[in-house]
Amino acid sequence: MTAGRSWMGTLGVATVLGVLAFAIFGPLVNLGLWAFAERWYFPNKMPSDFGFAFWARVFSERGGAWGALGTSVWIALLTVALSLLVAIPAGYALARLKLRWRGLILLAFLLPQAVPNIPVYVNIARVFYELGLAGTITGVVLVHASHGLVLAVWIASAAFAAVDPALEEAARNMGASPMACFRDITLPLAAPGLMASAIFVFLESLDEFTGTYFVGVPDVMTLPLLMFNASMGGNYQIASITALLLLIPSVGFMLVVERFLKSDVLAMVGR
Amino acid sequence: MTDAAKAAPPAVPRRPLARDGALGALLVAPALAIIALFFALPLWLSFVGAFRDKAGEYTLANFAKSFELYTTDFLFTVGIVTLSSLLIGAIAVAIAGYLTLGENPRLVAGLRWLYRWPLFIPFIVTAQLMRGFLAKNGTLNHVLIAADLIEPIAAQSLLDWRGIVVAFVWKQAPFVTLLLAGAMASIDRQHVEAARNLGASRLRALFEIVLPQVKGTLLVGVVLSFVTMLSVLSVPLMINPNSPTMITVDIAYRINTHADYGVANALCLASLALAAGGAWFYLRHAVAKAEGAA
Repeated sequence: MTAGRSWMGTLGVATVLGVLAFAIFGPLVNLGLWAFAERWYFPNKMPSDFGFAFWARVFSERGGAWGALGTSVWIALLTVALSLLVAIPAGYALARLKLRWRGLILLAFLLPQAVPNIPVYVNIARVFYELGLAGTITGVVLVHASHGLVLAVWIASAAFAAVDPALEEAARNMGASPMACFRDITLPLAAPGLMASAIFVFLESLDEFTGTYFVGVPDVMTLPLLMFNASMGGNYQIASITALLLLIPSVGFMLVVERFLKSDVLAMVGR
Repeated sequence: MTDAAKAAPPAVPRRPLARDGALGALLVAPALAIIALFFALPLWLSFVGAFRDKAGEYTLANFAKSFELYTTDFLFTVGIVTLSSLLIGAIAVAIAGYLTLGENPRLVAGLRWLYRWPLFIPFIVTAQLMRGFLAKNGTLNHVLIAADLIEPIAAQSLLDWRGIVVAFVWKQAPFVTLLLAGAMASIDRQHVEAARNLGASRLRALFEIVLPQVKGTLLVGVVLSFVTMLSVLSVPLMINPNSPTMITVDIAYRINTHADYGVANALCLASLALAAGGAWFYLRHAVAKAEGAA
């Protein structure tokens, strides 16, 4: 009787898993079909022609995908550089040093997570417009970095906190200066966590839409904006191809992320 | 601590606290400055802007106009985000619960591999995915027809409020599940084993023993999702841009079409007010946790 019940239970769970698999992969398969469809009319289940014609169009001079990809990657690299430059010292201080108003400082690094960011983007776009930063790469990088550095600070702080202080003390006892100790002991030991935060900030910047939409328009064309324009213009093939390009790094990172980070750090990100 | 340990001098003489504090402040300052300039200042401008007209005079007209034009959209937004949050919480509890209490290792491993695919897929790509999947001629309808679950004639597009909810849940549920499964994995298994030995079903063990211990994590995950969904522009814009729609779309419309920052900021303030309760809860929880870890 119990064996029968558990067999039924397994079957039930397997069915639920099947439905879940369809819910998760169905949209992805549908996008894949659109990306390679030459023609697809209602009510056909499948596209009537498959091919690469739209890929050629997306990557042609006029399609703008190469340009947008280049812009997106360049913005993301600059965002990573700026975010880490300020996040590494801040993360170290939060993990290791006595800080006055520590609670307030923690609050400042948490608040951007807890507040809807659309008011921020709307008003920063206005300020940037007056400063001549609207529609510039600099403006977009500043917006992305102000968002990314919050994540970077938390991940960096966790990475530094995980370094065993005994190793640092040993180095200091043997006569290493504080700077040498940080450079030769702390930094290399925290490197995997810092690397993870760099990848995170990179991805966040690559995928960011709302901030770029308000601040970057019309001169900064990133991949998400290109995708948005194609989709709103009703061109599903081009939108699907650009979406596929954006999917590759997201899914790749999902598959490897747990080697880098624990889930409570992950909680800060992925938005 | 023994007396001997107390008496032993620290390996490295500690530098005086004041210097340490000054160094800390110096190291934190650049990051804080960026947050002040590019987060706090714009947020403040949103507050002020909501109470000003185009000439810069203080007024409540923006709120009156927002109320008049966008009450429906505001309620629509609250409804969608609340419903999505509840669904996300329920799905996260179900998946994380099975990952923690499931007895078939292969199914647990399969589920663990499966649920996290949407984790880092951005909202804008999710919106595009759903535009294809939930459309009248999308894969969902084709599969439902092929499985004889609906008649071909009954196929309809789900690209309205339902599409927004599906997109939000699809993207955010894995995130809350990941959080919750992490918290559940770190609780003491002994209570669960004891309850199971005494004959409690797994469902009962989940709701009476596991869930009460990870309540805080679940709430934090749901609150973060709630706040995030409130300010997503791409999903409503791409799935359901026509009235009634979400207030993010209205905000973009007031700015792009009318350069009307007053009403846009009044609407921003409304979404801030919606998020305030959740944000307060999240911040209290997170600060306590971070202080505890330090």
